[in-house]
Amino acid sequence: MSWAGPDDIFLSTSLATYLDKKLLVLLRDGRKLLGLLRSFDQFANVVLEGACERVIVGELYCDIPLGLYVIRGENVVLIGELDLEKEELPSHMTHVSAAEIKRAQKAEREATDLKGSMRKRMEFLDFD
Amino acid sequence: MVIFFFPFPPFRLFFSYFKDLVGREVTVELKNDLAIRGTLHSVDQYLNIKLENTRVVDQDKHPHMLSVRNCFIRGSVVRYVQLPPDGVDIELLHDATRREARGG
Repeated sequence: MSWAGPDDIFLSTSLATYLDKKLLVLLRDGRKLLGLLRSFDQFANVVLEGACERVIVGELYCDIPLGLYVIRGENVVLIGELDLEKEELPSHMTHVSAAEIKRAQKAEREATDLKGSMRKRMEFLDFD
Repeated sequence: MVIFFFPFPPFRLFFSYFKDLVGREVTVELKNDLAIRGTLHSVDQYLNIKLENTRVVDQDKHPHMLSVRNCFIRGSVVRYVQLPPDGVDIELLHDATRREARGG
């Protein structure tokens, strides 16, 4: 981020316009964090207050509360400002408990592992 | 009080180029395969990008992005920036690149 003067805050990529707003932060490992932006710096290190992780598996989702988070900038992919007047998620999605989402995550992981191992076996057979 | 920063990246060519594109519609494709279309609001020396009026290209794959209308994208995660065909004055860019390569 450029070190903007007070006049260019609205023209620059400064995160100052996002302060105290509810944001969605996407991380490099695929996690989605939501929270209020309390602080930032030129490396896009970010402090989120009231952070929670939104876990989405298929049509199910769950918000897992995390508290006060400091995120190192190199892990940040995107910081999105949530429009409070719009629905955050499509209405066909259902909110479930943390235990249930963890089960769904495990099932999804096992399905992808199975797909991966089957593909490896097929590749060995080397069909043209 | 003196504040020290990273030295500005030496390649100001693309920074200048993107500054001229502010206000145009672009599609930013990220390294995690997320593609976002929006109006270029601002860009900085690290090629971090701020987009306004954003829509995700494959919305169904990314339900969490539904209510995001403005976003800040870290320059390090951008794979492509797709521009309107008339957004590029190729000759101008070509000349500027030659000048920069010559050390001008």
